[in-house]
Amino acid sequence: MTVPEPEAVVLEDVVFAWPGADVPCLEVASLRVAAGESVFLHGPSGSGKSTLLSLIGGVLSPRQGRVTVLGTDLTASRMRARDAFRADHIGFVFQLFNLVPYLSALDNIMLPCRFAPARAARIDGSPADEARRLAARLDLDDALLTRPAAQLSVGQQQRVAAARALIGRPGLIVADEPTSALDADRQQGFVDLLLGECAASGASLLFVSHDARLAAHFARHVALPDINRAGMRGGER
Amino acid sequence: MMPMWYLTRRSIANRGLTVVLTVVAVALAVAMLLGVERLRADARAGFAQTISGTDLVVGARSGPLQLLLYSVFHIGDATNNLSWNSVEAIAAHPQVDWLVPISLGDSHRGFRVVGTTQSYFERYRHGDDRELRFEDGKAFDDVFDAVVGAEVAERLGYSVGSSIVVAHGAGDVSFARHDDKPFTVVGVLARSGTPVDRSVFVSLEAIEAIHLDWAGGARMPGVDIPAEQVRRFDLAPKEVTAALVGLKSRVAVFRVQRFVNEWPDEPLTAVLPGATLQQLWGILGIAERAMLAVSAVVVLVGLAGLVAVVTASLGERRRELAILRAMGAAPRHVFALLALESLVIGVAGCVLGVMLVQLGAWLGGPWLEAHHGLVVSARWLSTTEWAMLGGVLVATLAASLIPALRAYRYSLADGMTIRI
Repeated sequence: MTVPEPEAVVLEDVVFAWPGADVPCLEVASLRVAAGESVFLHGPSGSGKSTLLSLIGGVLSPRQGRVTVLGTDLTASRMRARDAFRADHIGFVFQLFNLVPYLSALDNIMLPCRFAPARAARIDGSPADEARRLAARLDLDDALLTRPAAQLSVGQQQRVAAARALIGRPGLIVADEPTSALDADRQQGFVDLLLGECAASGASLLFVSHDARLAAHFARHVALPDINRAGMRGGER
Repeated sequence: MMPMWYLTRRSIANRGLTVVLTVVAVALAVAMLLGVERLRADARAGFAQTISGTDLVVGARSGPLQLLLYSVFHIGDATNNLSWNSVEAIAAHPQVDWLVPISLGDSHRGFRVVGTTQSYFERYRHGDDRELRFEDGKAFDDVFDAVVGAEVAERLGYSVGSSIVVAHGAGDVSFARHDDKPFTVVGVLARSGTPVDRSVFVSLEAIEAIHLDWAGGARMPGVDIPAEQVRRFDLAPKEVTAALVGLKSRVAVFRVQRFVNEWPDEPLTAVLPGATLQQLWGILGIAERAMLAVSAVVVLVGLAGLVAVVTASLGERRRELAILRAMGAAPRHVFALLALESLVIGVAGCVLGVMLVQLGAWLGGPWLEAHHGLVVSARWLSTTEWAMLGGVLVATLAASLIPALRAYRYSLADGMTIRI
């Protein structure tokens, strides 16, 4: 008796507008990401990518519609519950300066475990050992891990951020332009690394970028302007 | 809140210099507030402890406060003297138990010379009815015997047998010196924490003797009476500066006071030391409150600096806050992080401030006592000081809410969006 795994992300008839704004900036009729699926989401800047990710992360709430992540309806949860859910189930990688500058690389990787007991509980052994294991898989030298994050190169910082997103095997990894600060050779390598690790841990990956060259790594592409009806209406950008 | 405590520690350690400077600023402000309070309290205690057991202080007519200040505290000078006849009449009053005359006006290397009788050493009480004690030697007996206070002995290196010369007037450097009639130290008093420590005591007869060939504050030209000759003269005092009076019953204090104030032969004033000190507090109270108010403002300035430093750092930390939000930190976590940081800095400032005050009292205490007669103790905090520290901590808590609320609002508005 196998219970089908819930879909990683389901957006239904979502309308979002910033407080005080009359015109919504995001209107998505449907967006679904299956469990274990990797999706390449692209669109020009200003097309609402950050807003979409904040909705999926449960930091923002839509005016209408429903956001369900890994089977949990975020729109029905209070902010406190959404914060806890995000900590437990979603790993984030951002564009640049992803790390808390005054923590060591190792402490940065373990940071989600401090906010999410469930994530710490999914680790066999100590979080520090798991962090070292992930770092090794992402080609981070052990000697780098004790250094303050601010002393690492940009490429190293992004790999630390990836390890941090992956620790404790969250069901969904959200990567927001994670390669735009890297040079071209490293970009391809980083995307492969991230895809490989997500596949290994069984996580879904929502990869956001405006760089179409990276799309080749992904089986499924979604163009945000195509699904965001708010951008089509009114002629405003 | 455990993850926030960990982050707070690391964040503070990371911004070492700024944090240290802010802690020092708060510490100096707290040290000033507590220091002013301690000086105030100790000065008061010092004054209140200086004289006890004396029911009335009698002198020529003047303000009660002025009389008390020059006769007991050796602050300022007498405007007039009272005649020996009056002293004898008061001493003869049926309610008067004892009377100690005091004659001021001369000095020895900046220390006051007090002409009095041997009964001074028996009758003078300070603090909780404590008597004067001789560290060495005994009371004066002969005309040219002198007893020195503890501070005088220590500063000038005197002991029993030392020879000293008394100068005319109260100045530190005096050109009119009674150098033809040197005194011999026969007694050194133990430390009492009162103006007695900074006084040289001689007999009333000695005061008369050294002024035999003086008139109007200068040596009489052509008249020179050698020291060995003075005993031939009548050395009975003609007038004194003031008198300490003890009564048989305290109930009679107002009756005797009226008796003195209405003395027909010359205008006199009798004051109750305790009541007159109250009058002094009334005057000093305004200055004390002003000092404390200034100190309180300095503490507010210190805390404003703390708020400014932590709030200014928020601008560059919005990114960090957004990262923490993405990692699952709730806005209340962000609030706690910033509040804890300010609170840690503020509390560290308070602790350092208290240490500064204690260190200051310990190091500066002896100097204050030597130069200003102020006994400042390196004791543990008084109730008032604790209350003040508590007030500062409450203010620190309130101040820490300012950057914390701001960060809270940022984290709600920014969400996970990383703003540069």
